[in-house]
Amino acid sequence: MSTIQILFFFLTALALFSAIMVLVSKNPVHSVLWLIVVFFAISGHYVLLNAQFLAIVNLIVYAGAIMVLFLFVIMLMNLNSEAEPRKHIWMKMAGVISGGCFLMVLVSLVRQATDMQQRTALMGSGNVGLIKNLGKALFSDYVVPFEISSVLFLSAMVGAIVIGKK
Amino acid sequence: MTLLAIDWGLLIEKLVLIAVVVFGSLGIALYTTFAERKVAAVLQDRPGPNRAGPFGLLQPFADGLKLIMKEEIIPNTSNRVLFILGPGLAMTAALMTCAVIPWSSHVEMFGRKIELQIADINIGILYIFGVVSMGVYGIMIGGWASNNKFSLMAALRGASQAISYELAMGLSLIAVLMLSGSLSLKTIVEEQMAQGGLWNIAYQPLGFLIFFVCALAECNRTPFDLPEAENELNFGYHQEYSSMKLGFYLFAEYVNMIMSSAVMACLFFGGYDVPFLDESTLAPNIAAIIGVAALLTKIVIFIFVFMWIRWTIPRFRYDQLMNLGWKTMIPLALVNMLITGAAILWKAGV
Amino acid sequence: MQALTNRAQAVNRKPMTIMEKLYLPSIAKGMGITFSHIFKKQPTIQYPEEKRPFSPVFRGLHVLNRDEEGRERCTACGLCAVACPAEAITMEAAERLPGEENLYREEKYAARYEINMLRCIFCGLCEEACPKDAIYLSETFAPANFARKGFIYGKDDLLIPDPTKDPAGFAAAKGEGQ
Repeated sequence: MSTIQILFFFLTALALFSAIMVLVSKNPVHSVLWLIVVFFAISGHYVLLNAQFLAIVNLIVYAGAIMVLFLFVIMLMNLNSEAEPRKHIWMKMAGVISGGCFLMVLVSLVRQATDMQQRTALMGSGNVGLIKNLGKALFSDYVVPFEISSVLFLSAMVGAIVIGKK
Repeated sequence: MTLLAIDWGLLIEKLVLIAVVVFGSLGIALYTTFAERKVAAVLQDRPGPNRAGPFGLLQPFADGLKLIMKEEIIPNTSNRVLFILGPGLAMTAALMTCAVIPWSSHVEMFGRKIELQIADINIGILYIFGVVSMGVYGIMIGGWASNNKFSLMAALRGASQAISYELAMGLSLIAVLMLSGSLSLKTIVEEQMAQGGLWNIAYQPLGFLIFFVCALAECNRTPFDLPEAENELNFGYHQEYSSMKLGFYLFAEYVNMIMSSAVMACLFFGGYDVPFLDESTLAPNIAAIIGVAALLTKIVIFIFVFMWIRWTIPRFRYDQLMNLGWKTMIPLALVNMLITGAAILWKAGV
Repeated sequence: MQALTNRAQAVNRKPMTIMEKLYLPSIAKGMGITFSHIFKKQPTIQYPEEKRPFSPVFRGLHVLNRDEEGRERCTACGLCAVACPAEAITMEAAERLPGEENLYREEKYAARYEINMLRCIFCGLCEEACPKDAIYLSETFAPANFARKGFIYGKDDLLIPDPTKDPAGFAAAKGEGQ
């Protein structure tokens, strides 16, 4: 086992464990904090794949900004386990079944996809994820989707300001 | 051992470097608390602490000892785990920044060429942003876990302030990145060092100003120290903290100051560059030592300016802070970015 | 409303001009002012080593005086206790026995003489009331103490050193040594 593999298994275990803790935690603040740990583990995976830009942007945007806002809302609403409405056992069962079905569909999709079979991830090599190559790809091959998404962001921003002005 | 094929020499070299940098910055932070009191005193026509040791030089140790010996109080209704995690996170986030700062070029020792930078990753600046955005959690978690209304208010203030100013900070940096064409701090510094290359401050005075103001806000320094505004929030987010946990919060602020000074020195003031001196003519080891000294001098000057501002300007009101951040800093940074981009294009002769 | 003094000024509520909104010029001005203070003389006095001279009319801790031969002047007449607005002084009188002429100047003396420094307001009325010049206020103040008991000064604390046995101490207590 190489160092990269050891790191891979460690990060995977960390990601899975904290993802489960997100669901299991009674306290919503704890859930958010575990979710941040998940993001860290995933960023670690990105680094192993030599996609440093993606890793750090994942941290800045998700862990650094979006999760802070989540925490904000949860802290201000002062949610705790007592305030949570009691759900019927059938509701929980229904949730488990539908979630399980979705997972099965996803797994079978990935298993059957032809361009996924017989392929392994490039660990610690490949330089598509480096910022220079990523920038070139975004502004040449994918320039139309990139610009469209920027228009989307702009409209979202305008929408937020319009709502805020009311 | 083929299982773990690691370059042990590199590992040891990096571990030693990490230890030196971390303990070095902690030591500087220790004396920054002393310098803060001295600077405050001198600016207010008084001598400042001068009893512990010659010129009061042992004062920080006395302060540290006091903090350690004090009774540790964890409020009954607090969330114990997070209450302890908060100051640790604040300190970790503050210290992690030092990983990408190039302290000097390289030294040649034991037949190895040792880079005086813990990690030269090609996303250096983004890494700093990532770590800075983690620093908010120390404040938020600590403030929330204290289970105190004032702490929570201060934590929310701190978080929204940090997020608001991070935007302008990032935008002001983009202009620098357009000039240098790299995200690696080492490359940025080396470009400023090159013969005939001016420091970035010459090209980016406005960008530096915006970055500096945002750095003040990110470090929670006066005039933006709203998370610890005594007159309206008692003591701010660390109100329930005592003993060394409080010390960690206070200390993290000083470590943050050192790190942001180092980043500013690297980005705008040539890092370890000494003006009017061609380092390439010197022996590498001597050049490295001069470089470290130059960077430390720049850091000390920045820290003095931080303190000078603290003891001059009163605290902003919260609405003024937000207005300044969103309505002044961000548009200014955008304009700065546009002008820089236009100038680069015009110079390239498109 | 009529202003009481001519120092009152109306608050300027005009909206800020662009220069003022920039904050920077005024910040630079303020920082210049604080920087100039680095070079100013510090008025600090390093207390235990360096002491500020008291004014000659300073009223500090009481001293019970002796005459030139080292005899206590106080006759326990009680005028100081009567004059004291804070009722800080108590005393007990006793008759001088034969053979004690070198200790007490008059036939009556104060066997016990206490001043409660927590009550005393250092007004100096006792000094003025005393017909024998036996009590006066010195140029020192009461040092800190851990208990209230320590602030009730008895004769041992108040009596001036004997000029025949300890002339230096006597002179210092009278404030002549400095």
